[in-house]
Amino acid sequence: MYAIITISIVAIIVLFFGAIQKKAPLLPIIYVGLPLAFLLHLLEWNKNIHYYNEMYIADNFSIAFNGVLIFTTLLVFIFAPVYYKPVNRPLEDIYALILFALVGGLIMTGFGNLLMLFVGIETLSLSLYILAGSKKFDPNSNEAAMKYFLTGSFASGFLLFGIALLYGASGSMNLEEIKQYVILHQANMPGMLTIGLILVAIGMSFKIGAAPFHFWAPDVYEGSPTLITTFMATVGKVAAIAAFFRLMQSSFGEVESIWKVTLTIFAIATILIGNLSAFYQDNVKRMFAYSGIAHAGYMLIAIIALKQEASGVLLLYSISYTIATITAFAVLILVREETGTFSIKAFNGLSKHNPTEAFAMTIAMLSLAGIPPLVGFAAKYNLFVSAIEQGNLPLVIVAIIGSMISVYYYIRPVIAMYANEPSATSAIDSSSNYKKQIILAAFLMIVLGLIPGVIVNLI
Amino acid sequence: MGSAITQFQIIPLQYYILFCSALFSIGVIGVLAKRNALVIFMSVELMLNSANLLLAAFSAYRNDPAGQIFVFFIMVVAAAEVAIGLALLVVVYRSTHSIDIYKLDRLKW
Repeated sequence: MYAIITISIVAIIVLFFGAIQKKAPLLPIIYVGLPLAFLLHLLEWNKNIHYYNEMYIADNFSIAFNGVLIFTTLLVFIFAPVYYKPVNRPLEDIYALILFALVGGLIMTGFGNLLMLFVGIETLSLSLYILAGSKKFDPNSNEAAMKYFLTGSFASGFLLFGIALLYGASGSMNLEEIKQYVILHQANMPGMLTIGLILVAIGMSFKIGAAPFHFWAPDVYEGSPTLITTFMATVGKVAAIAAFFRLMQSSFGEVESIWKVTLTIFAIATILIGNLSAFYQDNVKRMFAYSGIAHAGYMLIAIIALKQEASGVLLLYSISYTIATITAFAVLILVREETGTFSIKAFNGLSKHNPTEAFAMTIAMLSLAGIPPLVGFAAKYNLFVSAIEQGNLPLVIVAIIGSMISVYYYIRPVIAMYANEPSATSAIDSSSNYKKQIILAAFLMIVLGLIPGVIVNLI
Repeated sequence: MGSAITQFQIIPLQYYILFCSALFSIGVIGVLAKRNALVIFMSVELMLNSANLLLAAFSAYRNDPAGQIFVFFIMVVAAAEVAIGLALLVVVYRSTHSIDIYKLDRLKW
């Protein structure tokens, strides 16, 4: 709760400084405000506080995921000055919208009432619609924002109608009371509740970008400004997955039979479509969009197979996905600055000029592909082992096949960087500040890969 | 207030559910079939409002105000969504000189 309040206040202060045309203090305020919000949030650790009639629940699950979201946003803000170097205005609107979107994400991880789920999703989505179109005079950005808006509000309609039906069947929007109702009526579930649950699942699948509702993701990710894409692909996805996990495990964990088959089909389709489509992409940004879809599929396995007690595995997976994705996008921003293209050819010979960036990109790609000893491998290993223990062997086999396919397209930029001759003549200029963040992220991926147990047992 | 709820309950609950499902389906079909962005916005509004009506009906039948409170939240969000949607529409119109969503085909592989 304190984190939500702090970040909202920081966003309003940022807006205020922008209104009086002061550029210098904006980023320092954010750099101080976000860690402060996380520290205040940590005060609630292990206390399991329920706020406002269980509207918001600050348990260890939500605090841990909020930590991931806050630090991801912090990394995005650290890359912001490089990305927005040519822009002279204070940019308070974009920074404030990113912070408000983060607030929406924080609400989603800790909701205790379907009302808060809706409010959180909409706070996140409405901010992201505008951010996707924030490059006002770029037709691609306009188009991405329009597509995102249309599909996103369509998905919200499904989510809402599903919530209405759940409310009609169970008579409450509180997760705990819905759980009591479900346990009581386990033997003969009313059709209204089943339909409502499926509609909510469809709405959430839209938001996490799971097949067959993934079609918006590649276009939106490609057209949006790269920094916003980074934010969307990490914070947006992790928040939605955490909310989905919370909803399914805390209310409907007892009646797996009515949603397990649907979600299993979604997961298999997502893994196969994501990996196979990424296979033939030449645009690296679009490839990451499909890779994000594939990872949403792996995280769906966590929703299907894990019990609430094992949510640490999902946490580890989210961390491994976010760190690797952010590093990859950071290098992509640099390469794009220099060559002006997102094509895979832009990476040719990067290792000759910029060994640090090339190394970080390699680590990120290998971690996403799941090569030991990086954190991506530890995350996938823990996830698949837990899924097999719960008896989901066929699903895991599909996931492993998808994972094997993914190695091919993750290796392509690496080969371009190390084996091909450089096409750009000059070295890519990167400030030392930026370099430190990339090294830190690569370091985290290696260290977390060696000690995954710490995170798995955290919550 | 009591009389309003009794009047609400004259119509059986099934009728509300059927009516709202019909409205929702019209909205879904509108979004999928139409190519004018404004008509698609209207269809999305129809979907949201069918959920509103359903929530209000359930809430009246159960004498539980939570559903009606939710309706207020949905109305606020719908208003914000329309504001953003129309703003995006103006921006898109500036670049394509059309509000036909089939003209939005710059991004594909």
